[in-house]
Amino acid sequence: MRTIVPVIIAFLSGMVMILAFFFDPEKSILGELEQNVLSWVTIVGGFTLLLGVVSIFRVNLIAVKRRHDGWGYKLVTLISILAMAIPAIIPSKLSPLFGTGTDSIYDWLFNYLDAPMMATMFAMLAFYISSAAFRAFRARNTEATLLLIAATLVMLWRVPMGEIALAYIHPDLPQAINTYIMGGINMAVQRGIIIGAALGAAAMSLRILLGIERTYLGK
Amino acid sequence: MTFVVILLYKGVIIPQRQLFRFLIIIIGLILLAAPILSADSLDVATDSVQDVAGQIITDSVETTTSTEEVAEDSGWGYRTERNNALFLMVLFSVVILVYTRWAKQGKELFLRKINGLDEVEEAVGRATEMGRPVLFVPGLQELDEIETIAAISILGRVARITARYDTPLMVPVRYPLVLAAGQEVVQQAYIEEGKPDAYNVDMVRYVAGEQFAFTATVNGYMMRERPATNIFMGAFFAESLLLAETGNAAGSIQIAGTAQPSQLPFFIAACDYTLMGEELYAASAYLSREPLLLGGLKGQDFIKILLIAAILIGVLIVSLDIEAIAELYKSLFVSV
Repeated sequence: MRTIVPVIIAFLSGMVMILAFFFDPEKSILGELEQNVLSWVTIVGGFTLLLGVVSIFRVNLIAVKRRHDGWGYKLVTLISILAMAIPAIIPSKLSPLFGTGTDSIYDWLFNYLDAPMMATMFAMLAFYISSAAFRAFRARNTEATLLLIAATLVMLWRVPMGEIALAYIHPDLPQAINTYIMGGINMAVQRGIIIGAALGAAAMSLRILLGIERTYLGK
Repeated sequence: MTFVVILLYKGVIIPQRQLFRFLIIIIGLILLAAPILSADSLDVATDSVQDVAGQIITDSVETTTSTEEVAEDSGWGYRTERNNALFLMVLFSVVILVYTRWAKQGKELFLRKINGLDEVEEAVGRATEMGRPVLFVPGLQELDEIETIAAISILGRVARITARYDTPLMVPVRYPLVLAAGQEVVQQAYIEEGKPDAYNVDMVRYVAGEQFAFTATVNGYMMRERPATNIFMGAFFAESLLLAETGNAAGSIQIAGTAQPSQLPFFIAACDYTLMGEELYAASAYLSREPLLLGGLKGQDFIKILLIAAILIGVLIVSLDIEAIAELYKSLFVSV
């Protein structure tokens, strides 16, 4: 029963979504059914949010209590959760500092702590790209050498100074790199991967829909 | 509806062993009934051929209008302009089901070797020998994305191996729905390996809803705990390289798999093995070696051959510069 019911639900929900694609939502009942299925996803997701909060609290609280390695970070996590959640839950009628409106504590923490920290993490990507590129672009064999040459040309084409230098050699060279490397070789390979991935996704969806694939249920 | 489902389940209407076949017939009937009932759909293609023959290239706007009119005429909202998508979907389904049936009958199916998947067991074995944990990240998308479902399926297989070898497993997730599904799958794997007591609910844990907060947490874990094996499967975005490079710096053996073409170069540069695109979706079937699942993979390959043939024909038509046939050929594949 634990397997059959989810498989039936998956089949019916999937069929609704597929059929809705082929029918005008305003002229058939399928449009409404499709919206209902999507609403159910949101509703179920809302309920599971509580599971997430419980999970993060339990894991971090246990680590703090037992003084695991890095327990101080986990304490900061717990304090941060409470500092964001409690002022946001309290109604803004009591004070403009509460709720999630402009100039509230939540808003301030989001704009001046959360957003800059996210931007910092993202900015670090540049250094990670450099170290990965340094490793990947070593001319160890023929393929790696081709990769190195292609990458060097594309990098030159992407930076303004490199573009000027390339144009100095030949005015059409930057455009040729764009046409043959990015618009030709690169695009062809990317499309091949996308077509393969789309077929894989469609095949997997069909297997799930028909109950052939039940591995997502742990079977 | 519920009553009918219960009757079907109990085998009252149809014997249970026939249920699968019954479902396929029902799908086929539903899918085929629509275009048959609105036979006017063929008029669109015919009109465009006539226009092209008369040196008038059919305007796409006009085509859309005419199909909408046909849809209105059919009275029940069927979108005739999507017939080509319907045809491809039915063809795809039939091919997959035929191969699945062959696999079920015991026909031997050849599968090419996927190194990344062959290495999963060895990588977990390495973690066992080193006494360090295995980190599995099931992507950063919700459970309604097929990539995440594929990742959860692979998680089940990996959890079986970690349960067999008593290797610690850590699965950080970004969404509560993925948390629930992940916990269920891992618990089931430990039960099936006969080690329910070794399962810990905190093996799969919710860490953060924000993309980079999630990344920071996982990177911190990698640097502190130094997992011997990192497995990244599912949908990844800007954080892919942040995760993979940190894992590389921590000295972990890394296996990644994603269907996001823009992130593949990062994983290839920083990981030991990378599953590209369709290999991610093939992983659960490949690891389980169940004939029913392998049949689906072969069907997928067959459709790929058809698509390659279609692309080659298209290239030939365009190269020969036959505008009339090119427009007709294009109309077969463009769906509104």
